[in-house]
This record gives sequence, structure tokens and C-alpha cells, in this order.
Amino acid sequence: MVNAAPATMETRPPAPPSAPALAAKVSPRFPAVAAAAASEGRNVIVDIDDVDFFYGATQALHDITLGIEAKKVTALIGPSGCGKSTLLRCLNRMNDLIDGTRLGGGTIKIHGVDIYQPDVDVIELRKRVGMVFQKSNPFPKSIYENITYGLRLQGLKDRRKLDEIVERSLRGAALWDEVKDRLQASGLGLSGGQQQRLCIARAIAVEPEIILMDEPCSALDPVATAKVEELIQQLRSRYTIVIVTHNMQQAARCSDRTAFFYLGKLIEYADTREIFTNPAHAQTEAYVSGRFG
Amino acid sequence: MNAATHVFRSTAGARRGERAIFWLFRAATWFVLLCGAAVFLNIFVKGSRTVFKAEAPFINTTFLTEAPESLYIFEWEGKKREMGDREFRAFKEQNPAAAHVATESYVYSAGGIWPCIVGTVLLVVGSMTIALCLGVSAAIYLNEYARDGAFIRFVRLAILNLAGVPSIVFGLFGFGMFVIFFGWNVSLLAGWFTLAFMVLPVVITASEESLKAVPKGFREGSLALGATKWQTIRKNVLPYALPGILTSSILGIARVAGETAPIMFTAAYVVRDKLPWDVDRLGDFFFQGVMALPYHIYVVSSKIPQNDYTERVQYGTAFVFLFIVALIATSSILLRNHLRNRYKW
Ligand SMILES: Nc1ncnc2c1ncn2[C@@H]1O[C@H](COP(=O)(O)OP(=O)(O)OP(=O)(O)O)[C@@H](O)[C@H]1O
Ligand SMILES: [Mg+2]
Repeated sequence: MVNAAPATMETRPPAPPSAPALAAKVSPRFPAVAAAAASEGRNVIVDIDDVDFFYGATQALHDITLGIEAKKVTALIGPSGCGKSTLLRCLNRMNDLIDGTRLGGGTIKIHGVDIYQPDVDVIELRKRVGMVFQKSNPFPKSIYENITYGLRLQGLKDRRKLDEIVERSLRGAALWDEVKDRLQASGLGLSGGQQQRLCIARAIAVEPEIILMDEPCSALDPVATAKVEELIQQLRSRYTIVIVTHNMQQAARCSDRTAFFYLGKLIEYADTREIFTNPAHAQTEAYVSGRFG
Repeated sequence: MNAATHVFRSTAGARRGERAIFWLFRAATWFVLLCGAAVFLNIFVKGSRTVFKAEAPFINTTFLTEAPESLYIFEWEGKKREMGDREFRAFKEQNPAAAHVATESYVYSAGGIWPCIVGTVLLVVGSMTIALCLGVSAAIYLNEYARDGAFIRFVRLAILNLAGVPSIVFGLFGFGMFVIFFGWNVSLLAGWFTLAFMVLPVVITASEESLKAVPKGFREGSLALGATKWQTIRKNVLPYALPGILTSSILGIARVAGETAPIMFTAAYVVRDKLPWDVDRLGDFFFQGVMALPYHIYVVSSKIPQNDYTERVQYGTAFVFLFIVALIATSSILLRNHLRNRYKW
């Protein structure tokens, strides 16, 4: 299982000739353990295959191969700057917004569709792949308008339907009871934890399949964090969730699968239990036990 | 005295220095305030003699609602009489003997400034509308769409330089471009565009700053929900930038209302009795010149012989002008505050 990489290398488009091959020779390569295992008997919905990603000239991701499973929570962990956010933002092409970024090689497929093909409708992609940001960003509009923002974009105007979805989304985000009496109040009047749950509600209102969360709890206190974690537990049955976190306990508590990154490379990807109890790599062990990173 | 307390004691010299600096800044502020107050008081005191009057309704309605007329002064039955043009003609019809009376006449010193008020308001509203449409569009392009590069930096530099161009140059440009080349003649339209171009740099720069101040998170959040770029800008960026854009346009309003040079060749008439809405076809509305307050001040204070009677008009006009600018500015401030309360972050 250890050397899944060479096989994929051959199928790569000829575009970037040197970097990965060279890296393989020059530096001892961190083998991507789970790559092949992921595709066996698992329901992989996002298939990340040998991805290199560049910010201008600097390479942020090296040969990432990873399959994300449907209706599971996948945690991305690793020290700061290792490329977790970069990978996450590749999945809904938010990196397109940054000048000079490019996918140097490899493919990312969702339901078998390569999302980096030029004919892909990015707008449609982002409807299907929702995102919750590290810094909660409710819009300076009412709670109601925050939730209906995405729906109105799609042209939904029926007031009853909107009301219904607002309630369903807020219930889904475990926020309904706290805000049901002040739906017309500004979303910015909520507490930090409530704001983050509002953002989650806003994301699920448009019924995405996949929800990406980039350190959703990093600005929250333990009580609010517990609420969001609880929410993730509730959402996992209906959505595929990818979560970036710096909190090891959180990854251990919330996720089914965990991927450990280091310096832009995927070191280990396995069941969360495996990663935390019996990691295959010394680096992983050192990181999850808090000895570095 | 032990060493520890000594450490915290500042020297007398240092304290004197601090005080000197403090007084320097304070004096500068007072000086500015004083100059401003002197100008305003002067205009207020002398202007209110024209605009207000002692008996009810206390406001000189003639001055505010009528067109300028010549003032005739003559002796009649041992009394000194002052009459406007029309009044004097009616008087002569009633008293045929008055036809040969010796009169002194002063142009523009009777009647009022109503056409100037109308003209200035029209010029401000039209040019600010054009400036905001063009300026905000340009700012959106520069800030949201354009990629930073040599060309965009050049465009920004050009905009900055445009801000330093003297207003008379804009006036001449407008004359050459709109009045002559486009054949619009001296008209509202030509004045609107000339004034709009003059304030564009201010509007663009300020709009860009306001757009920049909108947090990136709002844009990302919107895009992540499947909004297009334009939807994001329209629904989730521009509304929050509007208060800032309006703040800048308040400065623009004062400038547009007050400048004389740009409209001198493009839109302003020395005198025009017809009001702008007295047109046969709607299209003519845009192609007529108007009177304007700043130009009227210019004319009565430098183009005609000076005396006490013209001075009254000058101060009255300046007073009304300041009042109107304050009025327009206040309403934009109110609008801005309303928007700001609506979208607070
Ligand atoms: N906009 C950008 N332009 C250039 N380089 C970037 C940009 N964003 C990230 N990088 C670089 O890419 C690498 C990966 O960054 P990324 O944000 O993905 O890290 P991360 O794992 O999410 O870190 P953190 O845990 O601190 O959020 C870093 O070396 C970073 O400096
Ligand atoms: Mg990050």
C-alpha cells in the first residue's frame, strides 16, 4: 500500500514534468499510505489524485492523494502552514479568487467529475460544496436574510418556502430555539458561537452535499465549541464533512477519518482511531501526542 | 528625596517643551477656527440683511423667488424711490410724468436669484448622479475586477493627477469637448459632464477606499454560497460601501456647487429669465443653459460697477449659496447615517 504514488504518476497529464519526480529522487518521499486503500470498498465522493498546488512560484501542496468518503467526517490536521486550508479551498475552488494560484498537476474529482476542467460551472460546484470559514462571517443583514441569501440567489422567492427553510436550517444548526424570536435582528448581534452556527445554518440552507469547515471553532470558547461539535455529530448522517482543526481532541471526537499533513505533503491518512492510537508514522505520532507542531 | 522618586520626575525643560507643543497645536486650531468663523459671520451678517427683513414674513420672498432685475433709483415728489425694472415700468404707465425723471440704474440689483438657485440645484443633482455612476463603476472595476499590474497602476496615477487639474482647465475641456465638438452648446448637459469629470477623481478614490474597507469574509462567504461575482458585489459589497461613498460625495457636492470656472463656458448664463422647465420639448431641457449661484456671485461682484446695491445682492447670494450647500450636504449625511445603521459591521 505504501507506494501508491508511482501508479498514479503515469496517468498524470504531461504538464508539470520535473517537480514531483525530482522531489521523489532528491528527498525521501513521505509515502501516502491510504491512497490505494481509500478506493477499496469505500464510498469515495471526493477523489483527490496526486495534486500539486502553487501560490505563484511557491508550491503549497505536493502530490496529495486522498479519497474523502460520503457521509463521513474527515479531519485534516497538521502544523500551521502545512496546506490544510489550501487543500480545503481547492475542493470548492475558492483558491481561484487568489491571483496567481494554480493546480500544477493532478485531479480533483467529485462524483467522478474533474472540477478543474474548464467547462465546470464553479457556481454550481460551490452550491454543492458549502463552506464554513475560520472567522465566522455572518453578513451584516438580519438572521433571516443571512439564511435566505443563498436561496434568493437561486431565485427562490416564495415566502412560505423561505420561512420553512429558515426554520429547518436553523434547527439543523441547533440555533432555532435561541433566535426564533429575533429572526429580523442583525446576524452580527449574536455571540461568536451563535454566529458560527448561523454560518453553518446558512451553508446547509442551500442543501450542499459536502460541507467544508476551516477551523470552525478556533475563535470559540469551550462551551460554544462543544455546541458546534455536537452539531457536526448531527450533520454527519446527511452531509459529507471535511473539517480542518488544530484541536486534536476535536479531531479525535468528531471525525471518522483523519489526514495528517506536514509541509504540504500528506503523511498519513487513516481511520481516526488508527491515527490516534496506532499511527503508522513517527511524525504522526509525535504530532497527535503534542510533541511537535 | 530618594533615587526611586527621582526617576519619575520629568525635568522642567521637558515639561516646558510639552506645553509649548500643546499650545502650538491649540493655537493652530484656534486660528483655523477663527478664520472660518470670520468668513461665515461676515456672510451671515451682511447676507441676512438681504435675505431677511424686519416685517412679516421676515424672509425676503422677492429675493428668493424672482429673477434678477435692474434697480432704478429716482426722486419722486421729494422722496427717494427704489424700484425694480417691472415695477418701474408699471409706475411709469400710471404716472406718465415719470417717463422723463432722472434715474440711476443698477443691473441685477433688484428682483431675486430664484433662477440661480434652480440652476445650481439642477447642476449639482445631475453632475453628482453622473459622477457617482461613472465613479462607482470605475471603482468597482479597479477594486474588484482588475488585476494589479502596470496598466492599473498607471490608471490610478492618472486619476490622482486628474484631481490636481485646475478647475478652469476642466471648464475649457468641457467647452471644447461638449459645447463645441459634441455640439451641445452651453447647456445643462455640458455642465453636468464637465462638473462630473471634475469630481470623478474624488469619487473614484473614495469609492475604492470604501470598497476596500468591506471585509473579505463577506465576499468569500457570498461566493461560497454559489453567488456569482457580480451578485456578490451587488448584494454583499456595494450596500456596505455606500455610506463611505456618500461621505466622499458630500465633499464632491460642495465642490460641484461652488465651482465657477467649469460652468462659466459650459452651462452658465449671465442672465436668463426663463426657468429650466419652461421648455417646449423634454429634449430641450438638457440643452439649455442655466443661471447658477457661484457664477452669479462672480458676475455681480466683478462684471458690473460696484456699489452698495450690488453688494447687497452679492452677500445675499453667498448666504443662500452656503445655505443650499449645507442643506444638500445635510440630507446626504442623513441618508448616509440611515444606511450605516442598516448595515453595521
Ligand atoms: N494567499 C497566499 N499566497 C501565497 N502563499 C500562501 C497563501 N495562502 C497560503 N500560502 C502558503 O501556503 C502554505 C499553506 O498555507 P495554508 O493556509 O494552507 O496552511 P494551513 O495548514 O491552513 O495553516 P494554518 O493551520 O495556520 O491555517 C503556507 O506556506 C502559506 O504561506
Ligand atoms: Mg488554515
